[in-house]
Amino acid sequence: MSTNPVTTPPAEASISRRGFFMKLGILFNGFAAMVLALPVARFLFSSITRGRGNGYLSWVSLGDVSNFPEGETRMTTFRNPLVMPTDGKTVDTACWVRRVAADKFQVFAINCAHLGCPVRWFAQSGLFMCPCHGGAYYRDGSRASGPPERGLFEYPYKIDNGVLTIDAGQLPTPGDPVAHRTSEEPPCA
Amino acid sequence: MRMIQKIGEWFDHRLQLAAPIREAAAHPVPRNTASWFYVFGSAALTVFILQLVTGILLALIYVPSAGEAWSSLQALNHQVALGWFIRAMHGWGSNFMVAIVLIHMVQVFLFGAHKFPRELTWIIGVFLLLMTLGMAFTGQVLRFDQDAYWGLGIGASIASRVPVIGTFAVKLMLGGPIIAGATLSRFFALHVFVIPGLLIGFVCLHVLMVLKLGINEWPMPGRVVRRATYEAEYHALTKKDGAPFVPYAIWKDMFFAAFIILAVSACAFYFGPFGPTGQPDPTIIQTAPKPDYFFLWLYALLSLLPPALETPFLLIVPPLVILSLILLPFLSGEGEKSWKRRPIAVVTVLMTAITLGTFTRLAQFTPWSPHMNAWSGDPVPDRYIHGTTALERQGALVFQVKQCRNCHSLGDMGGQRGPTLDSVAVRLTQDQLIRQVIQGGGNMPAYGNNLSPAETTALVAFLETLHPTTQRPARDAARDLVLSNGQSQTSGTQP
Repeated sequence: MSTNPVTTPPAEASISRRGFFMKLGILFNGFAAMVLALPVARFLFSSITRGRGNGYLSWVSLGDVSNFPEGETRMTTFRNPLVMPTDGKTVDTACWVRRVAADKFQVFAINCAHLGCPVRWFAQSGLFMCPCHGGAYYRDGSRASGPPERGLFEYPYKIDNGVLTIDAGQLPTPGDPVAHRTSEEPPCA
Repeated sequence: MRMIQKIGEWFDHRLQLAAPIREAAAHPVPRNTASWFYVFGSAALTVFILQLVTGILLALIYVPSAGEAWSSLQALNHQVALGWFIRAMHGWGSNFMVAIVLIHMVQVFLFGAHKFPRELTWIIGVFLLLMTLGMAFTGQVLRFDQDAYWGLGIGASIASRVPVIGTFAVKLMLGGPIIAGATLSRFFALHVFVIPGLLIGFVCLHVLMVLKLGINEWPMPGRVVRRATYEAEYHALTKKDGAPFVPYAIWKDMFFAAFIILAVSACAFYFGPFGPTGQPDPTIIQTAPKPDYFFLWLYALLSLLPPALETPFLLIVPPLVILSLILLPFLSGEGEKSWKRRPIAVVTVLMTAITLGTFTRLAQFTPWSPHMNAWSGDPVPDRYIHGTTALERQGALVFQVKQCRNCHSLGDMGGQRGPTLDSVAVRLTQDQLIRQVIQGGGNMPAYGNNLSPAETTALVAFLETLHPTTQRPARDAARDLVLSNGQSQTSGTQP
């Protein structure tokens, strides 16, 4: 359907009073939008800005080192450092602790390095297995088979007065540099 | 009666909607479009409205809080009268919606409806498909159970692989450093406000364009679309061989809409609601998360792609597919409409359907996942133990205890990650078995560090018994020769 053009305004070179005020109005609204956009953007991206410079990470206790017998790998849980009132149980995180020697540990994230499913430890075969896509890792966390391109994520740890603490607070994902840290001296298998 | 008419007139004097509605209802459509093939668009709209209604009903009870969502779903299932039925309607409605939108898309494509002048209708349709899938994924998250929790982890792991912005995307998606309360809240906002709002707007545009441009005529082989002449030809067609949309064509839409509502209700009634599965407690790791039906193909694909190809595939292929769907009407905006003259279109649809179907089927029994409980749950069939030596029985024990069974099946029980071992002795000689067990390889972990020499000997002795009675185990003829030449032949082949 062709539409008849509405009566076009006279093409004038000079700026009319109404035209000027309309442009001013647009400008004024643009200014208001900018004033509003800043706090909105700040709010919307707060989860990113907060995390800058590993702002989410802090040292978390996993309990006394005597809870972890030498040569064994055990699951333990810790509470995420950042807790919001509506989080429920989701802030409780599991991890695998392997005590290599008296003061030598490896703390693995529960999340498979492929797509984050929870890996399970099989002491008899010395393997971590993932139920989702079949990734498998050796006892030292290195990749054994399946789709993962790397070994398990490891938390940096230290021992404070006989208490095992790890630097945690963020979901480890394959693309995240935080997930690629290891302890100062990586223990051998 | 006159009273009602008067009230109607009072409203229409102010609303002025009767005339345009009457015009839309009476607009002529080509007679041959009053077909059962043309009912899927209105069926998608019907299911969408059904989803809006059942969604609002669920929101009366559901609590979008990571601490309480799961228990509010339990309350819906067990405490609120017919809460289970409304949940089931919404869940089955989502399955139906994805299916119907896909069928609608295939029908439209095969009937050439994406061609001039309906390119934009198609493009908006592509966005509607993406939003439907977005609703499906966010909806699965709102069913805040173990599958939802770990599904979010998978989503985050995929998002993190995007170069440069990946880590930011993860934090934006999760609303924080981990999957927690803020994550559920933002998926609630997406599922309940953002995407439905966009969907309503785009659906209105989509339908408006169908009304303005006219429904695609039944494609006739040889009737070719040309930009210069198509619109005139279409108008001539509706004039010569047209009929008013209401009631000539709409009755089939109405019948199918009612049928779909009844079908969703029947599924909801017989099969019940989906989940929720276990609590979203990340310390409970005895779980094997699985996506909902419409993402199973992706689940399979992520298991079967070679590891090095996975990230490039994830980052390149979906944008390419979306882009090619958007560009499709520009690349083939003219020409034949009939699928009888478009073999490549038909083959593309068939290949896509077969591929998606195969991956979906595979994902239903996940042959790539270890069976976590097979080593302790599935017995070694007694025919494999009968008449064996003590060493071989010890090997059978090693086989179970070392979790070999989690990936290898015996007697059709056990994992399917690795090859089934019922006749492994026919395939591999003793030396090859020892090498495979100790060094691994071919996607099998190496067990050298984890088996004592005695265990390896026993295990291999057991594996060597695994051959059909009619077939002898594989043996290395050269080895026998070397052994017999080196020394006078002693009995047996025990190492």
